[in-house]
Amino acid sequence: MSQAPAIRQIGQPLRRREDFKLLAGKGRYVDDIKLPGMLHMAVLRSPHAHARIGRVDLSAARSAPGVRLALSGQALDGKIGPIRPNWIIPGSKVPSRPVIAIDRVRFVGECVALVVAETLAEAYDAVGLIDVDYEVLPAVTDEEVAVRDGAPQLHDNVPGNITTIYKVRGGDYQKVSREADHVIGLRVVNNRLIPTCMETRAIVAAPELDGTLTVYIGSQVPHMHRRWIAETVGIPEHQLRVVAPDIGGGFGAKMHLYSEDLLCPYLARELGAPVKWWESRSESHQSTSHGRAHTERIEVAFTNEGKILGLKVETLGNVGAYLSNMASGGPTVNTVNFGTGTYKIDNYEAISRVVVTNTVPVDAYRGYGRPEGAYIAERAIDAVARHLKLDQVEVRRKNFVQPAEFPYRPYGSMGVMYDSGNYQGLLDKALAAFDYDRRRSECEALRGSGIYRGIGVAAYTHMCGMAPSRRLAVSGFDRGGWESARVSIDSSGRATIYSGSMSQGQGHITSLSQIAADVLQIPIENIEVVQGDTRQVQAGHGTFNSRSMAVGGSSVHVSSQRIVAKAKKIAASMLEVDEKDVSYSAGAFSVPGTDIPPVTFSKVARMAYVGHKLPDRLEPGLDETVFYDPTGMGSPSGVHLAYVEVDPETGIVDILDYVAVDDVGTLINPRLAAGQIHGGVVQGIAQALYEEVSYDADNGQLLTGSLLDYAVPRAEHVPNIRSLFQETPSPTNPIGVKGIGESGSIAAPPCMVHAVLDAVSPFGITHLDMPLTPPRIWAAVQEARKGAGQ
Amino acid sequence: MSTREERHTVTFEINGARKTVAAEARRLLVHLIREDLGLTGTHVGCDTSQCGACTVEIDGLAVKSCTVLAVSAEGASITTIEGLTPGTDLDPIQAAFHEHHALQCGFCTPGMVMSVRQLLKDQPAPSEHDIRRGLAGNICRCTGYHNIVRAVESLASKGEQS
Ligand code: FES
Ligand code: FES
Repeated sequence: MSQAPAIRQIGQPLRRREDFKLLAGKGRYVDDIKLPGMLHMAVLRSPHAHARIGRVDLSAARSAPGVRLALSGQALDGKIGPIRPNWIIPGSKVPSRPVIAIDRVRFVGECVALVVAETLAEAYDAVGLIDVDYEVLPAVTDEEVAVRDGAPQLHDNVPGNITTIYKVRGGDYQKVSREADHVIGLRVVNNRLIPTCMETRAIVAAPELDGTLTVYIGSQVPHMHRRWIAETVGIPEHQLRVVAPDIGGGFGAKMHLYSEDLLCPYLARELGAPVKWWESRSESHQSTSHGRAHTERIEVAFTNEGKILGLKVETLGNVGAYLSNMASGGPTVNTVNFGTGTYKIDNYEAISRVVVTNTVPVDAYRGYGRPEGAYIAERAIDAVARHLKLDQVEVRRKNFVQPAEFPYRPYGSMGVMYDSGNYQGLLDKALAAFDYDRRRSECEALRGSGIYRGIGVAAYTHMCGMAPSRRLAVSGFDRGGWESARVSIDSSGRATIYSGSMSQGQGHITSLSQIAADVLQIPIENIEVVQGDTRQVQAGHGTFNSRSMAVGGSSVHVSSQRIVAKAKKIAASMLEVDEKDVSYSAGAFSVPGTDIPPVTFSKVARMAYVGHKLPDRLEPGLDETVFYDPTGMGSPSGVHLAYVEVDPETGIVDILDYVAVDDVGTLINPRLAAGQIHGGVVQGIAQALYEEVSYDADNGQLLTGSLLDYAVPRAEHVPNIRSLFQETPSPTNPIGVKGIGESGSIAAPPCMVHAVLDAVSPFGITHLDMPLTPPRIWAAVQEARKGAGQ
Repeated sequence: MSTREERHTVTFEINGARKTVAAEARRLLVHLIREDLGLTGTHVGCDTSQCGACTVEIDGLAVKSCTVLAVSAEGASITTIEGLTPGTDLDPIQAAFHEHHALQCGFCTPGMVMSVRQLLKDQPAPSEHDIRRGLAGNICRCTGYHNIVRAVESLASKGEQS
């Protein structure tokens, strides 16, 4: 057996243990699964944004070659469904959502009918033979239009198209806005996005001989999917096995409950055969949840010196045609709670309205609500700097929450607490890495020669790992905040970790091993990690809200500690000394100050299983399961800086440099952490510069229906990302980790927008909405030149 | 029955092995590779030939296999990702991806590796700009491309500098 590690594994930039099979093309994603006798489902989707369904004629489809079954919504009415959200903000009006539309469709892409056939090609062919009569109704796609009088109404129980009204208040905004030297208002749009995991959704449901059902699904939350499928399809939860194999990215989109997740299990049981569904990319654009889609009206009150006195926010969160899984929580708790960002703004007033429209349902996408919240705070403070012609950095410094103020409750909030941080430290580190002063003068100097460069700054903080469980009850979230880990030691002293977290590319096999290795003091190669199988992993909540290291990692840490505690008892008995005299280091139990020879961890493990010499009343075995419920949430923070050049003649933005300084608490693996920042920042740059879902406002047609017209950036569209860290450990968990996955996509959008606005400021442009595409920038420059009579 | 469902016999070489398969006229090469031959390392990430996840090598050239009809592979010599790693040793490109953490979910990775092979064949010592241009046909949603560029640079620096 190899020697115990001499160095602490947490903090080491280890290379990933999971890479080999993925590099060799031996990964196993759901679409790679092929079972004997497997049938294929294809779905007919609504071509209309809003319509009444008349007759659905399935006869031609039913008699097509290879077809086993064709169904419309009517046939399933009362059998399975409806699809219930998992997070329902108290007071929300929840529209009923059938698994397949019954008498009305409410967005382009909604399921109308399905076919199961022997091959996928036959299923597609037969779907083309289904004939549906529609009576087209007026549609509404925009959240501002949907709340107007006379707008088309989507659901009888959702008057005015508003499902939820959520208010937050602290201090007295009205009072400070009367007394302030300045009050300015702005309206910002948080553009609708498509998460675009490179692996689209897929599902295989397979009935087993023993009467159970196995469901293979690329799920970020396998145990949640087990519960939801069980409850919605009517299968006893213990007879359902959910397996999440390799997942090709999730970003929030693979943590919801979709129609197909329910249809495959139902049909597999009906037909007694495995049923597979695979989503084509174009289908994905109209069936997998979208992200963002907000309009915010902001008012900010401040002094002549640039000190912000108060902030007022009105959010309209477009959630599409139904309330998806977490949809009522996104524009509300997750957005406006965080509207003051890293700044000390004691007087805050916010109201969020959750709005249904004839569009694809909107739900969590990398950051969910926190990017929208940070965008509010950042666009507001940038507007203050612009208004007063103050330096954007100094205004931020003046308003930052100070290090001594942590733990900090913004605007006296009961729900929000930032556990720790040092925003000044982040800013200083970022400015130094960026060479801010030199670049500032460079920008000014170049402007004279017709070169328009700009610097963007953005700071953020948020909260990760939704917990503790009892607090989630208050906000109507029907799940716990804990995570489960089982550490099982075999008779040779090697470990298997069964973790309820779920990697979709984050590298948990490596990072969770590092956490366990430090406590168990055994080599990384002696640790295996199992995730994504509800038959193997006892319980879990999965991966979202940057919770896997803070909550999932902590649960591995605590269960490893319990292993060591029990092993110590066994060692004491083997050494024939009192437990309190035993110490554990470098993988061996010894009795300091004596010449008793130490016993190794592997010897103790063997003893745990043979049970020959255990202390009285101690059970054999070395196997511990923990349900770790955190006491609070960690708050990552960061300051990002971007340097851009804008060509006013073409509107093209060239990103010259991007520096990210993030404080995500203790770094488990700096290499993987930087990778999370790179990916997140690029998704944020994508939102700022390239990506936007477009709908035809008249008829509700999705205009960005494929990757041909939805602009996911390629390598040449993005810069190198210089990722640096500051480590302020979180006091909320035993490893001090805060969460990292969402940081980049929170910070980058405002950072990029500010950089571009700075670059075009000589034209007098003070506002632009994302995405800052060349035509949009070019038009703004033309407009400004016209206004200036140039 | 319409001609699209008619089956044709195609013979080609894949990862060094000769194969003869019957395929419908409308069948795409990527589906033949994945489903008929079980080589699932080649992925499907889109339906408009934008993503590059399906990239394989046909007669020495990197090609998006979703743009090729299976029947047109007659007589071709094809290499897929599985052909690069017959045993347990990664080839230099794969090893560089591992070394530089150039993959996260791994879904784009096989196609990306196949495109990098072509890139390095065309330009043994590409600049960063060349690399970013050269990979324009492959989308990665996880890595932000940063470490993919680092991995390719590490291979380039081993060649002659241009
Ligand atoms: S599958 Fe996307 S390019 Fe071939
Ligand atoms: S590693 Fe996930 S898409 Fe590239």
